[in-house]
Amino acid sequence: MRKKTDKKTGGFGTISLRRSAMSAPYLFWAVAFIIIPLLMIFYYGLTDKTGAFTLANVAAIAYAEHSKALWLALGLSLISTVICLILAYPLALILSQRKLSQQSFLVLIFILPMWMNFLLRTLAWQTLLEKTGVLNSVLSFLGLPALNIINTPGAIILGMVYNFLPFMILPLYNALTKIDPNVINAAHDLGANGVQTFCRVIFPLSIPGVISGITMVFVPALTTFVISNLLGGSKILLIGNVIEQEFTQAGNWHLGSGLSIVLMIFILVNMVLTNIFDKNGEGTVL
Amino acid sequence: MMKKSAEKIYIALIILFMYAPIVTLIALSFNNSRTRAKWGGFTLRWYGALFENQAIMQALYNTLAVALLSAAAATLIGTVAALSISGMRRRSRTIFMSITNIPMLNAEIVTGISLMLLFLSFGIRFGFGTILLSHITFNIPYVILSVLPRTKQLNPSIYEAALDLGASRFQAFFRVVLPDLLPGILSGFLMAFTMSLDDFIITHFTKGPGVDTLSTKIYTEVKKGIKPEMYALSALIFLTVLILLLLVNYRPKLQKPSVSVAERK
Repeated sequence: MRKKTDKKTGGFGTISLRRSAMSAPYLFWAVAFIIIPLLMIFYYGLTDKTGAFTLANVAAIAYAEHSKALWLALGLSLISTVICLILAYPLALILSQRKLSQQSFLVLIFILPMWMNFLLRTLAWQTLLEKTGVLNSVLSFLGLPALNIINTPGAIILGMVYNFLPFMILPLYNALTKIDPNVINAAHDLGANGVQTFCRVIFPLSIPGVISGITMVFVPALTTFVISNLLGGSKILLIGNVIEQEFTQAGNWHLGSGLSIVLMIFILVNMVLTNIFDKNGEGTVL
Repeated sequence: MMKKSAEKIYIALIILFMYAPIVTLIALSFNNSRTRAKWGGFTLRWYGALFENQAIMQALYNTLAVALLSAAAATLIGTVAALSISGMRRRSRTIFMSITNIPMLNAEIVTGISLMLLFLSFGIRFGFGTILLSHITFNIPYVILSVLPRTKQLNPSIYEAALDLGASRFQAFFRVVLPDLLPGILSGFLMAFTMSLDDFIITHFTKGPGVDTLSTKIYTEVKKGIKPEMYALSALIFLTVLILLLLVNYRPKLQKPSVSVAERK
């Protein structure tokens, strides 16, 4: 078997230093720290305290308090994803059309905030949004009515958009810079106007970036418990908050795992969608 | 002209949105009042107090140690994995890439919980070690995904030429193949380091009592109010990264002389 593989990969077979031996450490690591832990969630999620099989932990999502948290999380993360897409697309388009020397610098500017601790950055929005905060001081200085959005779902959406916007900008930017300028020129030469070129050439070619951007924003937004904790007061619970509390406060791992399984179903749907659009099987994430 | 200025305004607005909290944090680090709600005048005392705060210094040490060690381990495992994946046939390649994508596409909270359950079930004591293991786990995919494209550009003939010219396999690997992979390996390492540095969620579930990284320390302080020293520290970290990035950005100019030195050798 091994010899066959070597032949197929051509002369590079010799470099493989026995390829299967080389993949062993990672395989071991992936089984021990990715596969087995995931199986443990399924084990705990599908059993009760006595170890007997049950679907009750998964079905618990139907309880009003849980389903409300799930719907709220779905709603807020969908809205945030759409806002991120709307904000990021024009920006990525502008960046991709700049001179190359400017591009890398501008892209760095949008990644730079990620080096400041994400909790502190999110907390800073408290200072900005509070009743007597910076934003309201500016508004009242301009003679505008005060905004009261701290501890509301609106503040959570703002926090999500703020935290995950770079994850939308980067894949879009990568997809847009990969488009061959000759294709766009050809569209112009063949008589397409700006709008037509965008709708029929640029946008379709950027779809892989759109898809991976949506995944990279939607999943962390759907499952966050930190942003809702910091900007939503402690009263607004998302599904992430419910699961986190089951593990750290209530200590009911079975219920927490059951609800995590529900969450993973949504992530799985997302994974299937990305696989359909991502034919190389390598991800356009980077 | 209209379009150009509209574009500039748009970029400026997004930058304002991204940097407003950062400016706020830096301003708070100079605030001579213990609460963030009031401006008590300008001071530098938090910057001095920072270095005497044992708890924060310990958390900083833990954060950096975890980031460095986990990025290094992930780079080693991930590079070897990428090399072996690049030579695989389609089916095993798809399986390996799907496994690699799990931690990237899965929710951090699920990854964190799954690792917590693993450590609990096997009776592993929570502490620095469990944080480190978890960070290596979520860092490996970043390394694989940045090294893998580089392995495609490798030219097998060059490696074979090295062998024909009398290099041993190891020599050929370290002196011919590795230099070609190096940019991918470096960016994978940097990415892993950054991800580890900024992680809160997975650390939150896999840390033990008494062991804190900066993120978990901040999280426990949220209810009582963040210590102003923390703002000072974050401002310093931001400044360091900013300077490093500017240096990296102007690197091409500095690199030329070093290349000629290498050539002369």
